[in-house]
Amino acid sequence: MQIRRFFFDKITGFWMVAALVTILLLPVIIGIGLYMKASPIVSQQLFFHLIFSSKWAPSLGEFGFWPFIAGSLYVTFLSFLFTAPVCLLSAIYLTQFSTKQLIRVMHPVIDVLAGLPSVIYGVWGILVIVPFVSRIMAPFFNTTSSGYSILAGGIVLAVMCIPYTLNMLIEVFNTVPKGLREASLSLGATFWELVKHVVIRGNYPGIISAYGLGIAKAFGETIAVMMVVGNVVKISGNPFDAAYPLPALIANNYGEMLSIPMYDSALMFAAFLLLIIILIINLFFRYLIHKTKRQ
Amino acid sequence: MRRIKILEEKFFVILSAFMTYSLIAVLGFIILVIFVKGYSALDWDMVLKTPKGGYYYGGEGGVLNAIVGSVYIAFGATLIAIFIGMPAALYINVQLVRYKRTQNTIRYFLDALWGIPSIVYGAFGFALMLFFGMNASLLAGIITVALLISPIMVRTFDEVLSTIPKGLHEASLALGSTRTETAFKVMFKQGFPGFITAVLLSFGRGIGDAASVLFTAGYTDRVPTNLDEPAATLPLAIFFQLGSPIPEVRDRAFASSIILTVIILIISLTARYLSKRYSKTNLK
Repeated sequence: MQIRRFFFDKITGFWMVAALVTILLLPVIIGIGLYMKASPIVSQQLFFHLIFSSKWAPSLGEFGFWPFIAGSLYVTFLSFLFTAPVCLLSAIYLTQFSTKQLIRVMHPVIDVLAGLPSVIYGVWGILVIVPFVSRIMAPFFNTTSSGYSILAGGIVLAVMCIPYTLNMLIEVFNTVPKGLREASLSLGATFWELVKHVVIRGNYPGIISAYGLGIAKAFGETIAVMMVVGNVVKISGNPFDAAYPLPALIANNYGEMLSIPMYDSALMFAAFLLLIIILIINLFFRYLIHKTKRQ
Repeated sequence: MRRIKILEEKFFVILSAFMTYSLIAVLGFIILVIFVKGYSALDWDMVLKTPKGGYYYGGEGGVLNAIVGSVYIAFGATLIAIFIGMPAALYINVQLVRYKRTQNTIRYFLDALWGIPSIVYGAFGFALMLFFGMNASLLAGIITVALLISPIMVRTFDEVLSTIPKGLHEASLALGSTRTETAFKVMFKQGFPGFITAVLLSFGRGIGDAASVLFTAGYTDRVPTNLDEPAATLPLAIFFQLGSPIPEVRDRAFASSIILTVIILIISLTARYLSKRYSKTNLK
């Protein structure tokens, strides 16, 4: 009996360690795997040339990722512009002003918003946002647009990222100590002054991290953006033009990538790039959050 | 001065209330649009039949292949994720309970892992597939999605386990049980609501994710019967049908979206309900 227990302990203990190590090594393994697949193109062309060249002609062997990176940055930036105020204000309202009932309603709402698959957001974007951009926004700014544009991508992305950022902001704001609140109220501050000077100022790192993580999520989002952003390889400053973000490039071309030399390697390089960028953003902002939490 | 302050406060309270309520409105709007658009094309054939010949030109059939494929993939992936994620989460909370720093570092890495986009997992799954000489198949899809949802599983389960009082843990050890017995018989039982939530969340994520199965699971009109056959998935079915120029097919994409939305709604609301119900009967 004792021996059986001993072996049970050893075996399951080993299983637990192995599982944990596997998960922790996952990003490293993914990184190595993608890099190995991408190595032909990295060894053939300069790293910076790959990233900053804007010539994209796979059949000629020209792989410049700049249009895609620029497209991704633009869409992400727009989505951040829409997400930031909405998330900040709703997080403030939910943690400072709202009734218990509203919070009880909002929890499942945020859950469902966060759980809806990106395809559904894409469908919604095609049904609502794309016509909205082409029929209302574009005439309003005196331009024409098919609707499949950077702006549409930004709006859809914003809606997708709101629950994610909002959840983190709520967590951050909930850490404000009660004593601090009471002290500031007893000194005659209005509720809004309390929010301005205590809740927001005291949580700068937390707020910035929540935004940063939201941006990272927006940067890697694929299907929903791909469905509404138009997918045209060019660099444009006009939000009513189409763009071609990095994740969409990978997703759109998996079919033909084995028929053109170096194409698969280029796409794997794109995935590698995406992984590195997002991991760095994540590690940085998560570090900020963990550091502030410990204080 | 005082009046300006009060006005400012009123303004911002109303503005932020508006933002909050608009979130509810946006969710309602999304679901409403999907339902209104897809309702006309939704019938039992959609759910119960596989695509017949000419389905993609407006012919008869449904998306049963995609529904079953999605459920297979999500189910298989969740099983693997349980196998990897459950012991990992227990390990963090039982064996490592004395090492606060290690615990925090591990959580930090897991959180960062959560942020990796699914398209990267998809590309990696594809590279893995080529490496092992596999074709796009149910198995490849399952493995890729399993990698994607394991961090979610660990972190969600871990979140609940970390709230279990230390006394319980100590009592179990004091009674002479080994650490793994404590983990599986005491902590697992106490954290069961968290486990259920974690499983349901991972399942929902697995069923709704498109980018990771795009390369790895392939697409077919048949219901897969074997692990090495390609499998259709619901998100991809929606995506492909939307790309069609024929209005009937596009309508079916909207109907398929209803099916997916309903599945996700059921999963996330059940997760919330169950975790609430179980946590009532647990020690606090």
